[in-house]
Amino acid sequence: MEFKQHRLDNGLEVIAEVNPEAFSMAIGYFVKTGSRDEKPESAGVSHFLEHMMFKGTKRRTAEQVNQRLDELGSQSNAYTSEEQTVYYMTVLPELQGDAVELLSDMMRPALRDEDFETERNVILEEIAMYDDQPPYGAMEKLMEEYFVEHPLALRVLGTQDTVKDLKTSEMRQYHEERYASDNLCLVAAGNVDFDRLIEQASKLTASWRPAGAGRVLNKPVPKSSFLQMVHEPATQQYTLQYANGLARTDPLKYPTRVMAAVLGDDSGSRLFWELVDTGAAEAAALFTHEYQECGLICVYLSCAPEQTAENWERLQKVVRGAIDEKMNEKEREQAINKICSGIALSSERPGNRLFTVGNAWTLRNQYETVADVVKQYRAVTLDQMQQALEFWLKQPAVTVSVGPSYRKEIDQAFRS
Amino acid sequence: MHNKTQIEHLPNGMTLLGEPMPWLQSTSFSLLLQSGTSRESERLSGLSGIVLEMSQRGAGKRNSREIVDDLDFHGVDRSSSVSTFHSIFSAAMLSNALEPTLEIYADIVQRPHLPDDELDDTKQVALQELHALEDDPVHRCLRELKHLRYSDPFGRSAYGTEEGIESTTLQDVQATVESFYRPNGAILAVAGNFDWDSLRKLVSKLFGKWEGGEKITIPQPVLSPGISHIQHDSAQTHIALAYDCVPYNHPEYYHGRGLVGILSDGMSSRLFSEVREKRGLVYTISASCHSTYNRGSVLCYAGTTSERAQETLEVTIQSIQNLQNGIGEEEVSRLKTRVKTALVTEQESSMSRSSQIAADWFHLGRNPDRSEVAEKIQALTGPSLVDHLQRFPPRNWTLVTLGNQPLELPSGI
Repeated sequence: MEFKQHRLDNGLEVIAEVNPEAFSMAIGYFVKTGSRDEKPESAGVSHFLEHMMFKGTKRRTAEQVNQRLDELGSQSNAYTSEEQTVYYMTVLPELQGDAVELLSDMMRPALRDEDFETERNVILEEIAMYDDQPPYGAMEKLMEEYFVEHPLALRVLGTQDTVKDLKTSEMRQYHEERYASDNLCLVAAGNVDFDRLIEQASKLTASWRPAGAGRVLNKPVPKSSFLQMVHEPATQQYTLQYANGLARTDPLKYPTRVMAAVLGDDSGSRLFWELVDTGAAEAAALFTHEYQECGLICVYLSCAPEQTAENWERLQKVVRGAIDEKMNEKEREQAINKICSGIALSSERPGNRLFTVGNAWTLRNQYETVADVVKQYRAVTLDQMQQALEFWLKQPAVTVSVGPSYRKEIDQAFRS
Repeated sequence: MHNKTQIEHLPNGMTLLGEPMPWLQSTSFSLLLQSGTSRESERLSGLSGIVLEMSQRGAGKRNSREIVDDLDFHGVDRSSSVSTFHSIFSAAMLSNALEPTLEIYADIVQRPHLPDDELDDTKQVALQELHALEDDPVHRCLRELKHLRYSDPFGRSAYGTEEGIESTTLQDVQATVESFYRPNGAILAVAGNFDWDSLRKLVSKLFGKWEGGEKITIPQPVLSPGISHIQHDSAQTHIALAYDCVPYNHPEYYHGRGLVGILSDGMSSRLFSEVREKRGLVYTISASCHSTYNRGSVLCYAGTTSERAQETLEVTIQSIQNLQNGIGEEEVSRLKTRVKTALVTEQESSMSRSSQIAADWFHLGRNPDRSEVAEKIQALTGPSLVDHLQRFPPRNWTLVTLGNQPLELPSGI
């Protein structure tokens, strides 16, 4: 396993974790753009653009792009988050050149007006699909309540209105600014021929120019609040709470993650034994999200509406109780083993390594081997975990709960 | 790159399958017991799931918490589920954890405590899962499709019913373990980085003294056509559609699978292209092959807003019927490359290999190697697929919709 990196003259970065033993290779463009880089009135443009990138180039129709992806036998897709947009495929090593050619061509899309209208409907269907699924928009609402004016408040998919109003001209301009050569990173993992990758990428992207795209970074200033939403067709009550956590680059994220696993992993944690194993709740979990300059510590509870208030109190008792009933060595070791084994198991596929390596490089400017990451977790101490818990419990928390009807006792439980 | 699946028949009727993948760090296994939903009594729908959960709440020398703690300590990524014919325990781990993990599962299937005081909690967990699924429109739609198409007992949901869960007693749980947590007919499939001879010895030590059970002869399910609608106040109408195809153990299975590939594998497939790319009717559309032993069905799913639902259904059915008008060699060639890639990348995952070899053994009674599958796929041509379709045409349609209004099957279906 060897890490390689190179920056082309136009600013495009090319990196790879090369494993000559691998059966396949994975390749992807990681674009440093997402919903947080949008204007509120064109919310959803990053995601809409991601769809449009499959709709053809100067040289290929939409159909030809799709056919070519399939001809390469690839497992390919794309996703958009708050901070990045990623296009990727896994192919047999002998098809590396074809895969790079296709993905590079796709990065300069035609953005034809007629395709734009058809794809708008697909995205409206995607929004409708999520509207029907738990937690019924509560997560998006919570992001808005938590981040307010901060760019992370914007919805990745946008809203029905912003997607309906979006114009091709806005998207073209966004593409020009955000898909400039110095805002992309070409990432590869597995059985990669790196020299050929550099040579090919420099030819294929010769006409690409840098644009110095930046990103507004500032810490959010959340205020504690509680909101109850009603979604009549729902059966269960879904509650989500966000509090201030740690940024991706903060080394204290490791103790925070281990603390979250001890208290709220989906198996074997304190919340699992108190609420899930007993059948009091369908899910009760504690986990983290990290962004570039800030982070979240998140609580999720799903259970019957009439049990929500009581379960929330039990949940609070477990997490606050851990101040006195401190996390112990056995719990620490168990949580770390579970996390590290998961990392090692998933790293067997180049298709998974691509994301780990690509995300670390594009979001944190770091390369870490599996062993490096495991070392960081193993170094976490019980004191650090207790400090992470105490830090968390002092932070303002924003909560949204959604269920089939308004319930007064839920309001009371959360406001107390 | 060899790796033929190794087979060992234990004297007690259990089958051990092993596929060494020495290039991996991991090993995975699937353990299948003959305790599926089709064995439940109608009154106790959900019983197999309760037994599965109860068996993990204390076994051998460990109580419930010790089982979870020890599996977590070894970093075992695990799941358990119930299907029509089996209860299945699956686990993936770093290879050095295989022995202690198998020891725990040997206790779970042979020496479960089935503690009286855990039954209420177990039933509550089952009810929580059942209620949560009410909020999953896609699951509800597919559950109703299975129910309508396969009838009782083959169409039962693994999650059971509220009445079934509530009526279950400890005696019911004990009786199920007594009859079905038995080695005869059980399958243990292991794939990954392990030594076959050591595994044989280990399995003989851990499972060799286990006794009893009867290998179950599986009856022929009857598939029924039908239409059903679930009224639900949702933004989208969810459409689940099924029709006959050849099952997994049929000599021409790869023709049937190939046709579904032309319909639904990849972004240039017919359904993705006609329904989503050209018309923008859906975000999600898919088709897949399902075999309930010797009966096969193609299951399709599409989700779309109500005003476009009828059109979505019609374009979907039209795309399926258009297959008989010819299939281009380019489409077949793309299908072949996709399968070839999938067969190669399958070697990167011990988990997918272990579940595949278990399924192969159950359906076929043998384990075809990659080259056999690759040869069958390579032999497909456009005309041979159309010829197969003419002999096994889509028929016996079942349609379930969930949403604001019911849809109509086009005439002639």
